[in-house]
Amino acid sequence: MQSKGKNISLTMGPVLFNWSVEKWRDFYYRIADEAPVDHVVVGEIVCSKRTPFFMPAIGDVTERLKAAGKRVILASPILVMNKRERTGAQDLFDSGFTVEANDTTALQNMGGNAFTVGPFINIYNEASRAYFERLGAERIALPGELSLNSIEPITRGAKVPIEVFGFGRMPLAISARCYHARVKGLSKDSCRYVCANDPDGMDVGTLDGDDFLCINGVQTLSHTFHNVITDLEALAHARVSAIRLSPHDMDMVAVANIFRQTLDGELAPQAAAEKLERLADGFPMSNGFLHAVEGFKASPALAEFSLG
Amino acid sequence: MPTDTLELVCPAGTPAAFHAAVDAGADTVYCGLRDDTNARNFPGLNFSREELADAADYAHARGVKILLALNTYMRAGQPEAWHRAVDDAAQIGIDALIMADIGLLDYAATHAPQMRRHLSVQAAASTPEAVRWYAERFGIQRVVLPRVLTVPEIAQLITEIDIETEVFGFGGLCVMTEGRCSMSSYATGQSPNMNGVCSPASHVHYEERGSKLVSKLGEFTINSFKEGEKAGYPTMCKGRFEAHGKVSYLFEDPTSLNVVSVLPELIKAGVTALKLEGRQRGKAYTKKVVSAFRRALDTAATGAVPHMPDLSEVMEGGKATAGAYQKSWQ
Repeated sequence: MQSKGKNISLTMGPVLFNWSVEKWRDFYYRIADEAPVDHVVVGEIVCSKRTPFFMPAIGDVTERLKAAGKRVILASPILVMNKRERTGAQDLFDSGFTVEANDTTALQNMGGNAFTVGPFINIYNEASRAYFERLGAERIALPGELSLNSIEPITRGAKVPIEVFGFGRMPLAISARCYHARVKGLSKDSCRYVCANDPDGMDVGTLDGDDFLCINGVQTLSHTFHNVITDLEALAHARVSAIRLSPHDMDMVAVANIFRQTLDGELAPQAAAEKLERLADGFPMSNGFLHAVEGFKASPALAEFSLG
Repeated sequence: MPTDTLELVCPAGTPAAFHAAVDAGADTVYCGLRDDTNARNFPGLNFSREELADAADYAHARGVKILLALNTYMRAGQPEAWHRAVDDAAQIGIDALIMADIGLLDYAATHAPQMRRHLSVQAAASTPEAVRWYAERFGIQRVVLPRVLTVPEIAQLITEIDIETEVFGFGGLCVMTEGRCSMSSYATGQSPNMNGVCSPASHVHYEERGSKLVSKLGEFTINSFKEGEKAGYPTMCKGRFEAHGKVSYLFEDPTSLNVVSVLPELIKAGVTALKLEGRQRGKAYTKKVVSAFRRALDTAATGAVPHMPDLSEVMEGGKATAGAYQKSWQ
């Protein structure tokens, strides 16, 4: 990897899955103490019914991250519908932290607060990017389905850091309907928090037994792990400023180290891909979105060096 | 601003369907150009500039409005097709543009400020704050609401905003929040936001396996039908999948949305317009569905409970759902 990679920073995205408050807190403590990430995005963005469980720990978590020199960003929900979710977006801005807006509801509530644009606000082109720069966005995280062909024109002339999704199951959809509840014959209102049983989401297969998707309450994700480890040079060339790692039930400190070492030229992408594949323990890797093909596919470089 | 009826907004994928919609009682007809500037970018569908101008003349001569859907996201580095569409629509005299992309809304508000702007469902503005954000910045006059809200939530939202609302009334039902879905892109490389297609026909295959018919989208099996079972189109979120050891229609059954059961409530809630889905459907569908909703709305306007004729033959799966409009759907 050429030295350009050194300029790319790492961001730890928000935990998407329903982890226990202890697991959630300990995860962030470890990220604070050990992970080579510059930004850490914290907050429940999938289902507001989960929020009360980890609220008691959020103060300790943000303090620990700050004390470790991490830049803490609080994320707003992807889909906002009811009163509780709407006022929750307001509370985020009252906290004084920079807020990652994942919906325009949060933007309307922000007043003069510092904000960044999250991956669930649709920035598909340079005109939208420029609009949010004029509005004062400090950073912009791009939607996961964008390819390098789209990313390059967006970063060209950008005045703020542009981030892309780099590792983890790719969020594909959000719904008013909860599939975890539905698959267990429950309604969303009386869901018994069954999503808590699946710390990486619940696998969804086809009738032929092929792995396909993953459900996480109201969210649908890819079965594969999106992984840009063999694309870092291209992303650096495209002037991407940051790579987002999405938390999973695995050693995310090791994942961050592998990305950091690869960006710094200390680890070859091929060796890094192999290490990540081992850490992911059987989950297949993909980067099709980045290469403008089916999202589940892996480019030859990624496929060649992964175990699957 | 409650009224006693709703503006009936109808789909047209072809000039023939456009005439059928106008003749069957549409108040407004929406259509798209023959390229990826709109979310029904299917082969053989949509309008050339000349056809659009002719359609506008036909509609305006009969007191009917014509809207243009520019509801995909502009391709990075290549905004020209979207910009030209705005410019041409202004020249042709289109009554309003339906848009979701912030860069495009900004362009239209700057370059064609006199044209009405509607916020597409693809923007998924689901709260009063989200609607106001778009209204204050881009002067949108109407929001097409995402299909995630219940009727009481819609009624509440209307009391908190100053612009018109349009809701989906009939047709294909997105289960996922619109404009935030990359499922089709994951399986086929083609997405609603970027290519204007979902689960595109170019990636659909059917395989006979003994007495079974299997439908596939790209490399993935979406459904399997026994002999005699009606084989539906493999829209990705309406297939049969296995999760937690159970095979089911995990996301949604193959159904069509039909709001006739909640029509009086939508009117009472103060909704401005009712949108019928189906630009990809033929002229016969358009005629049948538009006529049925014209009669239902006229009946509702007299205070009577609208009776709905049987539309099962034009519905996906032959079944109807009121979808997210009813809380139990969630």
